[in-house]
Amino acid sequence: MGHMGMFGGINTLAALVHLGGTGRYISWGVIQISLANLIIIAVMIVLFAAAIILPFPKHEARKK
Amino acid sequence: MNATAATAKPRAHRRFRPDRDVVEWQGGYRRYDLVKEVFVCFLVTLLLVVGCAIIFSSPDETPVTVKSWSNAAPVDFAQTAITELDGTSGVATYGPPYNTTPGASQKLGPVSLENAVGARIPIDTAKDFVLKPLATLPDRPALTTALADYNSASATQQASWDAAYEKVVANATFSGGQLAVKSGPYGPVGVLMTNLESMARTGALDGALLQSPQLYDTNYTDPLLFVADGTYMASLAAVRHLQGDQWGMMNETGNFPGQPWLWLYTFWYQVAPMNSSDNGDVEVWAIMMALTVLLILLPFIPVVRSIPRRVGVYRLIWRVHYRNLGPEALLQMPPDRESRRR
Amino acid sequence: MSAQSVDTFAAGAEKDTWTGRIRKRGLEELPPDRLLPDRQPAYVASWIYVFGALSIGAFAVVLLSGGVLAVEGPSWWHKSNAGLFVNSLHMWSTEFFFMFMVVHLWAKFFMAAWRGKRKATWISGVLAFALSIGTAFTGYLSQQNFDSEWIGTQAKDGINSTGAGAFWNVLNFGQMLMWHIVLLPLVVAALIGVHVLLVRRRGVVPPFAPTDGQLARAGLSLTGAVAAPPAESGAAAQLPAELSTQIPAATSTQIPSGLSDQELAALIEVPSQEPPAQEPAAHEPPPPTVPGSPDAATSHEPAAEGPAGQDSMWQLPKDES
Repeated sequence: MGHMGMFGGINTLAALVHLGGTGRYISWGVIQISLANLIIIAVMIVLFAAAIILPFPKHEARKK
Repeated sequence: MNATAATAKPRAHRRFRPDRDVVEWQGGYRRYDLVKEVFVCFLVTLLLVVGCAIIFSSPDETPVTVKSWSNAAPVDFAQTAITELDGTSGVATYGPPYNTTPGASQKLGPVSLENAVGARIPIDTAKDFVLKPLATLPDRPALTTALADYNSASATQQASWDAAYEKVVANATFSGGQLAVKSGPYGPVGVLMTNLESMARTGALDGALLQSPQLYDTNYTDPLLFVADGTYMASLAAVRHLQGDQWGMMNETGNFPGQPWLWLYTFWYQVAPMNSSDNGDVEVWAIMMALTVLLILLPFIPVVRSIPRRVGVYRLIWRVHYRNLGPEALLQMPPDRESRRR
Repeated sequence: MSAQSVDTFAAGAEKDTWTGRIRKRGLEELPPDRLLPDRQPAYVASWIYVFGALSIGAFAVVLLSGGVLAVEGPSWWHKSNAGLFVNSLHMWSTEFFFMFMVVHLWAKFFMAAWRGKRKATWISGVLAFALSIGTAFTGYLSQQNFDSEWIGTQAKDGINSTGAGAFWNVLNFGQMLMWHIVLLPLVVAALIGVHVLLVRRRGVVPPFAPTDGQLARAGLSLTGAVAAPPAESGAAAQLPAELSTQIPAATSTQIPSGLSDQELAALIEVPSQEPPAQEPAAHEPPPPTVPGSPDAATSHEPAAEGPAGQDSMWQLPKDES
């Protein structure tokens, strides 16, 4: 049926990076997290830190 | 002194609390384009999303059907089917909302919310998953007789046949397209199960399980519950790290990102006592409801709402402002001395 | 549009009509320059402020991609590569929506953005977040593939345990799809709308008051000691003329000590509508009613009350919103 497959939606046309197949997981104590989710969370933390730290362009101050 | 001096009508004086109140800004402003910012943010997001869609696509794994299940794991299907007939399956003993099995409901302390609501989606697994679907098959005289014999027998007789079959199906095999079980005192149940197996493998059972009498249906409760009672779908899920004890609630098939925002909800399922409690689901739900309410009402909660000021990340966020304080900063000070002391 | 025209629209409303009352109230709470500001307070100088708008941008992509999926129906994306692509847009825009929204939540928490009658803004935001999770959940259930049937058969246990499963059946595709494409998006969109309007109404929360240390570093003092002249000479460092006449100290950076709190509050209270008699004749318009009231961006604030506002700019907290 179209492009549905048992393992991760085989769709060679649209996916340049094939994210189907066996998932990669990381275990740490009681925590088990997928690599994909871990990357998402890491990106969020980096975005948060960068947004606060990176300098913001100055515009001219204006009298009230 | 100005017109609104201390002699003006007294306001209801509430003490200034720096974690609740603020002196509104009286300093300078700068040029800003609101509409442009939102539009640019939309474009940026659109580009990111289109990029990810082109590079990564999205998952779409074929669903398990009664047909695919019974073909891939015919013995598991038969072993599940007999428990549906004899009322010992997961669904048959679930309790509300499917039936009223005593002791099956989850409780929060003394209260069972499930019981309070009752069985509003009534399912009789013997009738709905086995007997009624079988009755739709035409031109099978042996099956028609077996159904008549089973339906007219007493409940005790039915239970005795069911138990006998369940004993032999534990060692069933499947070859040449046939389910093979040892003989035993299971009466017409053997015929019923064999026919159900072949009905499932043709795909006819998937349709027959949908309750609608007029072709159209969008409610897949019965076939999904039947499939979930077996072990086949669960074994596929385990390989994909989707099981509850694998933090599965957060996960997606393959290497796709899933639902990381559910991290806290699934966390509680991993820790005691919820991870081994009979009432684990309702306990976790209650915890998450309480935490959500606390988050909503955070501005009212004294110690927690002080965390931002005490932790001080704000000093980084507003460091340009604090570096360029001018005399008008004094106007931003809270009105009473105690609040000013920091 | 000047404050005067807005006043006219507001004041000219027919008495005792619902329409008139709503219009008057609307214009009081959200005059045009507060609704669509082109300025923002100087302290809004961080990239972190962009995440609210990024969340809205992502939400727009979610809605658009979902709309295309709706045009073709729920089984299109299983059979068509174009459909799979649009489904991918919908999935990834959802991921980005949550990423940006949660970073926005972290930022607003660390800014304690509920301060100053902004509790409703916080509450509407958290509600939007919670309902977005529900919307995403019904979306996952609507996929009609392995993922959706696994999620449904697992999640049913949690929902059934609360009794809600008797009414809200996660295995009922038709029901879940309609919640996903009709009911929940409407509520989420409405909450986001309310949230944004509340931000416009109150403005971006100002920073915490400076500590004594921060004041000292800027050469300012509350205790009467003569301080160094202000380092900056830009507009932001100047007190408006009528304010400096009310502070009787030798320099405008000095506030005398030994005053009671009430006297102190009165001293640096900004005049509201009527200028006090002793003010010099020629001066700038009183700050609360500066035309084009200083209002600003998405999350930025109106320092002044609207045309009908009576409170001084230094609002001693009274009623909460």
